[in-house]
Amino acid sequence: MDLARWQFGITTVYHFIFVPITIGLSALVAGLQTAWVRTGKVEYLRATKFWGKLFLINFAMGVVTGIVQEFQFGMNWSAYSRFVGDIFGAPLAIEGLLAFFLESTFLGLWIFGWDRLPKRLHLAAIWLASIGTLLSAYFILAANSWMQHPVGYRFNADTGRAELTDFWAVLTNSTTLVTFPHTVTACFLTAGALMLAVSAWHLRRGRQPEVFRPGLRLGAWVVIVAAIGVFVTGDLQARIMTEQQPMKMAAAEALYETDKPASFSIFTIGSLDGREEVASVRIPSLLSFMATGSPSGEVEGINDIQAQYAARYGEGDYVPYVPVTYWSFRLMIGFGALAALIAALALWRTRRGRVHSGRWLWIAATWAVSLPLLANSFGWIFTEMGRQPWSVFGVFRTADGVSPSVSPGEAATSLTVLTLLYGVLAVVEFGLLLRYSRAGAPEIESPAESDDEADRPLAFAY
Amino acid sequence: MELTTVWFALIGVLWAGYFVLEGFDFGVGMLLPLLGRDETRRRVLINTIGPVWDGNEVWVLVAGGATFAAFPEWYATLFSGFYLPLLLILVALILRGVAFEYRGKVDSPQWRRRWDACIIGGSLVPALLWGVAFGNILRGVRLDARHEYVGGFFDLLNPYALLGGATTLTLFLLHGTVFVALKTDGPIRRDAARLAVRLAGPTVVIAAGFLLWTQLRDDDTGGWILSGLAALVLLAAVAAILREREGLAFVGTALTIVLATAALFVTLFPQVMPTTLPGGEGLTVTNAASTPYTLTIMTWVAIVFTPLVLCYQAWTYWVFRKRITVEQIPPVHA
Ligand code: HDD
Ligand code: HEM
Ligand code: HEM
Repeated sequence: MDLARWQFGITTVYHFIFVPITIGLSALVAGLQTAWVRTGKVEYLRATKFWGKLFLINFAMGVVTGIVQEFQFGMNWSAYSRFVGDIFGAPLAIEGLLAFFLESTFLGLWIFGWDRLPKRLHLAAIWLASIGTLLSAYFILAANSWMQHPVGYRFNADTGRAELTDFWAVLTNSTTLVTFPHTVTACFLTAGALMLAVSAWHLRRGRQPEVFRPGLRLGAWVVIVAAIGVFVTGDLQARIMTEQQPMKMAAAEALYETDKPASFSIFTIGSLDGREEVASVRIPSLLSFMATGSPSGEVEGINDIQAQYAARYGEGDYVPYVPVTYWSFRLMIGFGALAALIAALALWRTRRGRVHSGRWLWIAATWAVSLPLLANSFGWIFTEMGRQPWSVFGVFRTADGVSPSVSPGEAATSLTVLTLLYGVLAVVEFGLLLRYSRAGAPEIESPAESDDEADRPLAFAY
Repeated sequence: MELTTVWFALIGVLWAGYFVLEGFDFGVGMLLPLLGRDETRRRVLINTIGPVWDGNEVWVLVAGGATFAAFPEWYATLFSGFYLPLLLILVALILRGVAFEYRGKVDSPQWRRRWDACIIGGSLVPALLWGVAFGNILRGVRLDARHEYVGGFFDLLNPYALLGGATTLTLFLLHGTVFVALKTDGPIRRDAARLAVRLAGPTVVIAAGFLLWTQLRDDDTGGWILSGLAALVLLAAVAAILREREGLAFVGTALTIVLATAALFVTLFPQVMPTTLPGGEGLTVTNAASTPYTLTIMTWVAIVFTPLVLCYQAWTYWVFRKRITVEQIPPVHA
């Protein structure tokens, strides 16, 4: 079971490195191309092509790692799949039919269609692909939210399976409704930071300011606006989570005893098993506010909730691994805030037409791309680890979900193979991104008018 | 008709669509060493499928997703039972997918050679293994009373399933060759046509052998008819190749794949995964299915969106209908 968990964790976190860049950057590229179609300014076209290329390098990885995700439920979690298939399979299938077809088909049209499609139709292709990524996010998050907060189902004791009773309830799950905006704004934050970082790298070397100064400012604005969105939606999420999974909130703060009003610690040194606290920096009442919306609200502690759960679900340990939930929650918020701060500084230093800035800020901005990526991963690690020991909260335990027919040897083989493969591909992809980021935006020559249409070279070819 | 039957048929349609579409792009991938004598020719080959391969691949994702939604037990048993072959397929698809995107990104022969190997292997392995998998589904595997697979990896490599693998492999290769003849012009088109003629014989023999073996064992009237039709259409496709009617030949190989897939599904019905273990319980459309409520919702979704998808995918093929020649390949820019 540990192997299956590790494999799921590794492959999913890895998939989610590429996902936010795809979601955010596809919309940004579409926006840039729209600006070009509207104004006809060649800088916009150059920007479209430049960011479009980075987007495609990233997209390829998103696709191939997604394939693993789709099959993984059946391969490693067959008992889980049998139990929830009636509910969980539908959003996955619909995601494929609605979203993946849209993304992949229209992206193909976009990549190869520069000279085959009328300008506006070609523009529509990237927008449709971008909409596809959002649809895909919605359905998969609906599936995931159902695991956090199961609704619209009943348990059939005869078959021993969960059965769908209300599909609309699954799609409008309150958890989905807050998770989707939180995740999508986090995706934009990530893509904005990528733009900011690459632009800063070029500006530091004084290259192509006509493309990269606007790039920097666009990226920075996206980061800031998205960060506000992430914070607001995160706050909503925290409240819903406290209602639905109080244990997770308590574990996020390592709050062992029920408290009112409860304070929020920025960091704590000491053992997080709640026995001793060496030092901690605390903001009074903040946790109460996050959890309940009122500065004096009561927040239940781990020990109380454990006792309640034991009474409701039977003997057992219902506490997730607290050090992970505690730190991943803080790192998610902290890294996101840091990225927003750097973006704000970069905007300030480039105000009113300036292109120069201190070397350190440019370097910081270049590294800022890693921050939202880390924040995303920690967000997911928190969400998923905080739900343990449940796979479907309150209904189905992770330990009961693994495939009985898969031997430890097989599981170890696939874990090793996929991890190695992903490692190698990470190096290749990172190298390519670096290479193409450095190459800068292409110069656009007006296409040579060839007399024979048939012999004209393809506008784009692999 | 029962909803479970509808969904069984729909999943059959998805697999048939997948085999027809990704079948030719697997074929093109395998052709790199056979038809891609130099770099430009290899790029011509890859660019015939450039805009469409990803859309084609989604067919298998949807087939998988639809199986999960409509027949969760089938999905769970199949994917956990065929664990290692699936892992191989996944690795192949991963390498192949990135290879298309990345091979042109660095201007070095060694770099390209490595990615070419990924494309070739990444096309060959799934083309073979999907056939092996379907062979095993038809033949039945060792499932216990809880529908769990209790056989080993080598049980999957029996002669019948391997013949199934050989069938998909050769059929996809031929299909891809005909596709190249249809989508290119100049010497590469001639070479493709010539190769197609040479491949035709072995393909007919292997495919007919597999279908015959299936029907001799399972003896299903519908299966007999569809297998017979598949064989006839394949012969007609060969005739079209000989007459240099590439469009017709392509329709022929595509139709052969559809008919052959249909024959397999019709023969399998109403089972979805029979067991060969005494005392075990096999899976059928009834005991593997979701509840009627879920199936109803999925049916509506499929009715509304499948035609839409078909329309825009068909339109893509129309947009990229032109033949590609060596002259049209732009120089690499690093
Ligand atoms: C919030 C968004 C999100 C999340 C949580 C996930 N994905 Fe994903 N996935 C996407 C957002 C996305 C995307 C943005 O739509 C991708 C990324 C790159 C791409 O091509 O599409 C994608 C690609 C992608 C593909 C390839 C699609 C293609 O060929 O075009 C598959 C099969 C999956 N995903 C399946 C999954 C599964 C089974 C997940 C759950 C465990 C999962 N994804 C988590
Ligand atoms: C939205 C779709 C997702 C679904 C349906 C999903 C579902 C699952 C499932 C089935 C497991 C296996 C353990 C279990 O049965 O509980 C799991 C574990 C895990 N997932 Fe997710 N997940 C999703 C997204 C993500 C993402 C995007 C990430 C990270 C980037 C992530 C991180 C993890 C981690 C780290 C684990 C391991 C936790 C553990 O087992 O202790 N998940 N999730
Ligand atoms: C004040 C700031 C933030 C708050 C209060 C917050 C709150 C939360 C909460 C409560 C969850 C868990 C939801 C659940 O398990 O039900 C979560 C998950 C998550 N967070 Fe944040 N978050 C903040 C900032 C960020 C930032 C900056 C990022 C990334 C750039 C981010 C990315 C994520 C992701 C990817 C998840 C997992 C998906 C999900 O469940 O929505 N968060 N966040």
